[in-house]
Amino acid sequence: MAVPDATDLTCRELVELVTDYLEGALAARDRLDFERHLVWCSWCRDYLDHMRTTIAITGRPETADPPSPLREQLLEAFRDWKTARE
Amino acid sequence: MHRVAPQTSVSDDATVVAALRDGDEHVFAELVTAYSNPLLRLAQDFVRTRSVAEEVVQETWLAVFEGIDRFEGRSSLKTWLFRILVNKAKSRGAREARTVPFSSLAPTDDESAVPEDRFRGPDNQWAGHWASPPRPLDTYPEHRLLAREVRGRIGQALEALPDSQRVVVTLRDVAGWDADEVCETLGLSEGNQRVLLHRGRAKLRAALEQYLDED
Repeated sequence: MAVPDATDLTCRELVELVTDYLEGALAARDRLDFERHLVWCSWCRDYLDHMRTTIAITGRPETADPPSPLREQLLEAFRDWKTARE
Repeated sequence: MHRVAPQTSVSDDATVVAALRDGDEHVFAELVTAYSNPLLRLAQDFVRTRSVAEEVVQETWLAVFEGIDRFEGRSSLKTWLFRILVNKAKSRGAREARTVPFSSLAPTDDESAVPEDRFRGPDNQWAGHWASPPRPLDTYPEHRLLAREVRGRIGQALEALPDSQRVVVTLRDVAGWDADEVCETLGLSEGNQRVLLHRGRAKLRAALEQYLDED
């Protein structure tokens, strides 16, 4: 791998552009620089993969139950609604 | 990406909506677990007290019961659910004359997505490139990414975010709203929305990495 050109994006710069990239908010030129960096930098590809995976996991359902009085009240409200429907 | 696909039944909207219409309490209980904590946390950002926030969550579910027969699936169920919550919480907050902090949501000080010491210093010929790069995800045991615990850890990190970052990340990545809806609802510019999202997500990524590196 050749020593990078001073005009190339550094990894440090790239990580700050990840959200703009994922949001489609980079100008065409910046997007090109971003993608060119990814071609030769597997570390930044890994970083992007971490970020996409983080987003996917955040979108998974929560696993911790809500406080139990609230949970009971909600289940009761559901039963009332169900009864009223029948 | 296929390795992190959602696994529980509450991810399949058509099934969930049909089950709710049928009065399936088991499915409803799963939904309550999946979304009540983030709904409650979000409500608290708009209203004064925890008890009012709980009322808002209850009103939200009642509105879901009322509306479920008319739900057409134009947005996902959770997007709709969070939309109802935010509408109710906002009007409740307005009635309480609570100053919603979102006009001051603009990001302030600079912060880096990744600590500086993970990059090579200025004297290095590779200055600004990784010194301590992230590990490829496929080098971690697969079950670590699939474990229920990983969502719990992300949830804790989400909880610990500054309010403005948490609200934006919750609406975008938990509720699945698009950027325009978040900007409009919170009165944020597109640029500020992206900065808050960026900083919040960077912290969640760091929490994921920390979790994965634990064993």
